[in-house]
Amino acid sequence: MVKKAASKTTKKPTAKKGLDTDRFGPSTIRDEVVLEVKNLQTNFTTKWGTVKACDGISYSVKRGETLGIVGESGSGKSVTALSIMRLIQSPPGEIAGGEVILNGRDILQISESQMTSVRGGEISMILQDPMQALNPVFDINDQVGEAIGIHQKVRGKTRWEKVVDALRKVRIPAAETRAKDYPHQLSGGMRQRVVGAIGISSNPDVIIADEPTTSLDVTIQAAYLRLLKQIQSETGAAIIFITHDFGIVAKMCDRVAVMYAGRIVEMADVREIFNNPLHEYTKALIGSVPKLEEKTGRLPQIDGQPPLLYDLPQGDSFAPRSPLKYDEKDALIRPELIEAKPNHFVQLSRCSVKDFDKYKDKVSYG
Amino acid sequence: MTTKEKVDYSHIPPAVGCSNDGEPIIQVRNIRKWYQVNKALPFIGKIDWLKAVDDVSFDVTPGKTIGLVGESGCGKTTTAKMVLGLEEPTTDGEVPIGQIYFEGEDVKTLTNAGRKEMRRSVQAVFQDPWSSLNPRMRVSTIIAEPLEINTTMTKKERDTRAGDLLGEVGLNPYQGNLYPHEFSGGQRQRIGIARALALNPKLIVLDEPVSALDVSIRAQIMNLLVDLQEEHNLAYILIAHNLATVRYMCHKTAVMYLGVVQEYGDTEAIFAKPTHLYTNALISAALPSHPDIVRDEIVLPGEVVSPVNPPPGDVFMSRTPLEVRKNHIYTKERPPLVEIGKDHYVVETPWSTVTGHDLSEFHLSVDEAM
Repeated sequence: MVKKAASKTTKKPTAKKGLDTDRFGPSTIRDEVVLEVKNLQTNFTTKWGTVKACDGISYSVKRGETLGIVGESGSGKSVTALSIMRLIQSPPGEIAGGEVILNGRDILQISESQMTSVRGGEISMILQDPMQALNPVFDINDQVGEAIGIHQKVRGKTRWEKVVDALRKVRIPAAETRAKDYPHQLSGGMRQRVVGAIGISSNPDVIIADEPTTSLDVTIQAAYLRLLKQIQSETGAAIIFITHDFGIVAKMCDRVAVMYAGRIVEMADVREIFNNPLHEYTKALIGSVPKLEEKTGRLPQIDGQPPLLYDLPQGDSFAPRSPLKYDEKDALIRPELIEAKPNHFVQLSRCSVKDFDKYKDKVSYG
Repeated sequence: MTTKEKVDYSHIPPAVGCSNDGEPIIQVRNIRKWYQVNKALPFIGKIDWLKAVDDVSFDVTPGKTIGLVGESGCGKTTTAKMVLGLEEPTTDGEVPIGQIYFEGEDVKTLTNAGRKEMRRSVQAVFQDPWSSLNPRMRVSTIIAEPLEINTTMTKKERDTRAGDLLGEVGLNPYQGNLYPHEFSGGQRQRIGIARALALNPKLIVLDEPVSALDVSIRAQIMNLLVDLQEEHNLAYILIAHNLATVRYMCHKTAVMYLGVVQEYGDTEAIFAKPTHLYTNALISAALPSHPDIVRDEIVLPGEVVSPVNPPPGDVFMSRTPLEVRKNHIYTKERPPLVEIGKDHYVVETPWSTVTGHDLSEFHLSVDEAM
């Protein structure tokens, strides 16, 4: 693919710049909700007490849509994803409540054996570290073939063909030879593509990508992100992109949910989030990244540390880091996620939303 | 720290883009680091060299930051290690010998006292704050360890100094009694910075200091580094692959590919007019800061070639289209850096805009990117 792109000297006019540009060609979103998470709660029992790693998360993803989940480490974004996959180790973890509706049924209620065919089949996950996700003593064919064998019930030559096909789909050159290689023989970018091949081999409806490009170089990262978008436009899969980098969000996502301390603090369309962020945490996250496009002055920074989940401040957990002035008693009120504008949700609190008064009639407190 | 007599720079060989203005602390001239990969067979064998760094020159002046940018394997960390004295530059008989000068003196000919002085003046902060602090030492001991080795301070003085340093990097002095595991990633990186500051260094090598940290903590650490630089007139060598970080922190930038500097100069000059194809490709691959910023991506043909026995001429040649390669004049020798603007240098090649080559043919439009 790389060679093909370079030999093309004709350049189509890129007149589509401006507000209506879809960054990767025409929109792939179809108006059909494929995954809906309702009030999902996951707790961990630790020696310091119960940790609510995921505290009432709700969102939905449409077919072909990319939802970004942004937050610091420890904000619960990976736990949410693992809960959806039912991969939370119990004990200490426990999915305490909520629903995960995938293709019309609640997958938290189905049996473990049914879940095995859903996991990797209808919904799959691309993990962060390709060196850890691949087993060093099996070759690529074994590892991609294992997923294909389980979900498509094929063996022998058919399985081999499907493996090569999956490797071609993630644009691995010379797929037949590469399939016989072991993970250590591949570069980091190629390894990440193999992990991607395992993820997409059974044409899932939802792909959960958990920081898949953190360990890659910039140019490799750009190619991998482009590849994910290509796969999405070919298969129509919904992608949930877990990241802490707003650059990836700007490039990839259609909608964004910002998480803080196990809860969603703001959720909106990607342009709305960048142009009119309401929550101070969102504002600070976007503002604290240096820009490549211009020389930035001193960076605004968020003071303090992310809170410890077993020792959360009562009420608004962002209040101690908020730059706004507020009354101590306002910080004790537990804020709710409300729809401030159409399709723009924010966790409304006097401590962390500057325009609180504008939206306060939408919620019954204060 | 002591006021020294004026340093004599007259004997230091000139290099493109380097001058002795600003009284540089470290001057790097044509250094190489070649690793021998195999042993040659008798009579017929040929030694394979992995050329990690090949002919790199730059100056580091007080109060300024120089950024080394490039993909993994481009030699930026090896270069920094040679400045720190952790790697010896290659001095094979057949290749011209490169030098590193510390305040005008060749580090190879330094006296023991001079070498000690250099080790105190050049410190490092590492990428991973989880593995660069000893988990069995208290934080105050970690910070005071360089003082114990390099100064004659008593235990009490060292502890006071450690407390001061903790305050300087934004931690509480009482936290010196804690162990590293009791801190978060950002706080650990602050401890690493405090340790580097302990001996009042003149230069700190920062090896990806923020890339292992959370986004909200990165700004804190970058601001802290900028503040400390202004306060102590520190020089930094920043190794990074995030171009936005480089633009924010660095005064000068060197873009490296396969051990060779491809574009060098004032950071703003480079970002205002990126000239080398590789620099353009790196910028085009960087993540945008707003969803409405859509960059045409430049996809280079070919793969990164192995640094073992790289081509004798231009190392970047294999990443260019065939028709450009045919007319390339530098197939036998390395192309020189040429000045194309004020404090802006680029390797002389057919595809840098110096020779009027149009970069647009490398662009991938939004449609093609699909």
